Amino acid sequence: MTFFDGDSSLISNLPAIVVTLPLFASLIAGFLGWKNRKAPYPIAAVALFLTFISSVVLMIQVMSTGVAIEYRMAGWAAPVGIVYVIDHLSALVILLITSIAFVNFIANKSNIDTVFRNKAGAFNSLYLLFTAGLLGMTATGDAFNLYVLMEIASLSGYALIGLGSNRAPLSTLNYLFLGTIGATFYLLGVGYIYIATGSLNMADIASIMPKILDSSMILFAFIICMVGLLIKMAIFPLHGWLPNAYSESANVAAGLIAPLTTKVTIYIMIRICLTLFTPQYTFDYLNTSDLMVWLAIGTIIFGSLSALAQKDYKRMLTYIIIAEVGYMVGGFFLGNRIGVSGAILHIVNDAAMTLALFMAAGIFMWKTGEESQESLKGMFAKMPFTMAGFTVAALSVVGVPPTCGFFSKWYLISGGIAAGQYFFVAALIFSSLVNAILFFRIFEIAHFEPFKDHHHHSSNHSNKGEEASAHDTHEQTIKEAPLGMLIPFMAVSILLVVLGLYSGQIVNNIINFAIPSSIL
Amino acid sequence: MDIVSLIAAKANYWTYVILLMVGLYAMVAKNNLVKKIVGMVIFQTAVILFYVSIGYKKGGTLPIIMHGHDHGHGVESVIKAADYINPLPHVLMLTAIVVGVATLGVALALAIKVYQEYGTLEEDEIRKQIELKG
Repeated sequence: MTFFDGDSSLISNLPAIVVTLPLFASLIAGFLGWKNRKAPYPIAAVALFLTFISSVVLMIQVMSTGVAIEYRMAGWAAPVGIVYVIDHLSALVILLITSIAFVNFIANKSNIDTVFRNKAGAFNSLYLLFTAGLLGMTATGDAFNLYVLMEIASLSGYALIGLGSNRAPLSTLNYLFLGTIGATFYLLGVGYIYIATGSLNMADIASIMPKILDSSMILFAFIICMVGLLIKMAIFPLHGWLPNAYSESANVAAGLIAPLTTKVTIYIMIRICLTLFTPQYTFDYLNTSDLMVWLAIGTIIFGSLSALAQKDYKRMLTYIIIAEVGYMVGGFFLGNRIGVSGAILHIVNDAAMTLALFMAAGIFMWKTGEESQESLKGMFAKMPFTMAGFTVAALSVVGVPPTCGFFSKWYLISGGIAAGQYFFVAALIFSSLVNAILFFRIFEIAHFEPFKDHHHHSSNHSNKGEEASAHDTHEQTIKEAPLGMLIPFMAVSILLVVLGLYSGQIVNNIINFAIPSSIL
Repeated sequence: MDIVSLIAAKANYWTYVILLMVGLYAMVAKNNLVKKIVGMVIFQTAVILFYVSIGYKKGGTLPIIMHGHDHGHGVESVIKAADYINPLPHVLMLTAIVVGVATLGVALALAIKVYQEYGTLEEDEIRKQIELKG
């Protein structure tokens, strides 16, 4: 490890800057929003851009030196002070979070301006706070600090979702109850870890772990931490909060929260299992693989079948997210190198795919004001570029090469075969087939069905029912999305193919270093 | 060991588990949203009490070093860690209390929004209204 304490240069403080920059920008944006509605957006955009640049520099730094950066808060060394640890895994996830937050923010400028016109300060502030919370969760090397940052991200997430449609507050409240149960269980688990080890630093706890493998206290801590995290990542049968909360939130909030929340929680689970409890305990001593893989299989099957039953495309996407959670949890708990690589690669790919799908859903709703799949009739003719991007994202979710979804699924399936978990492999293939049905159904509607004329061009998406009648502008045809939305969306679609083509390099140069050598 | 002494010896843990279950029950089973929120607060407070109790030590005192004035003069200046309670869990709980208050604030704000939308906080009545609206 390299230490950067006492050094005050900008580069050496990057691990702290990447978290504190959106945090302070959030405060500034919130205060300025009281006086001036136009001020918060540029501030937030600049802050997110600088955070993105910082995360790129961190990634380059970690890749070029090949060692983890340990950043000591206020110079206090590890077991006593709080440290941020930027290794290959956290640098990758930090880069993912900052790029998604930035792209989604830029793409939705007109959306934010209209939907949150009177709440500009609050919205921009929450957006930044949520990003800061996720970044802190990813960077921290302290088990309790993780809880605090998890709650910062969750609370701002509840507020962001609650700003959605009229129904959103009720679903958000249910999400808040389950999210709080999850986080409090995690906190309880940390308490037992503290009793058993006397430490809160992840690396320090890991060094004590070999001596206390058979402690029942640690077993209880492991179980309760895992249950807490599984609730938060919406695994079946603890998924109930997700579909309502995500589908009723505003599109710009869904575009941030849907790709990131579940994925970062899965990263936290991987981090806790590998860095805190050590792979020796998680895989060899406890032998958790079978149980967790079955849970994942259940999640995949349930998510896919529920997606099939949905009439609204945004709601369908939320069930696909649940199925994808099963991919990653199952892949990780296969416990072999290919499976874990597949799970981590899928965190990146799935976040990018979900972002693309929700951006597309946002554009459709912006143009038609409707959520039903029927409202997509004739879209290929009316919005060729958007539909092209949507097609790439859909093919990626189905798993068609050369899109990125194919490669991570390939790793997951190979890992499943290597581990002898054939039901997991079968569930993955089943889910791919269901995804194919789901998206080809939409393609059919959008391509072959005659174009249904929309007599309204809506601009307010926070109240779904009302805007249909409110905006009777009699726009005869729906044209392509505005360039400000279209360009970022096309960039993300192209990125899906680029990620696919470079997935070998990502695995060899980043993910390989992120997995401990004890996992074969 | 008879049951009474088993409970008495670990009274603090029993208390937190009972409170945790009371909170969880209210969150799952209650029909009124504010009662659910109260359940959530009880649930969080149970874990805070758990943390506070693990830092405590029988016969321990405040973690302020005593006899600091005559250090270097005899045995009294030796600091025995066993004499002091562990302040770290208590400090952690200051943060957890803040998190709990923030969660309560967000939850109540959402409850107000729900009330404005449906005119009630009873979940079954809200569900009926949603079904009626289709």
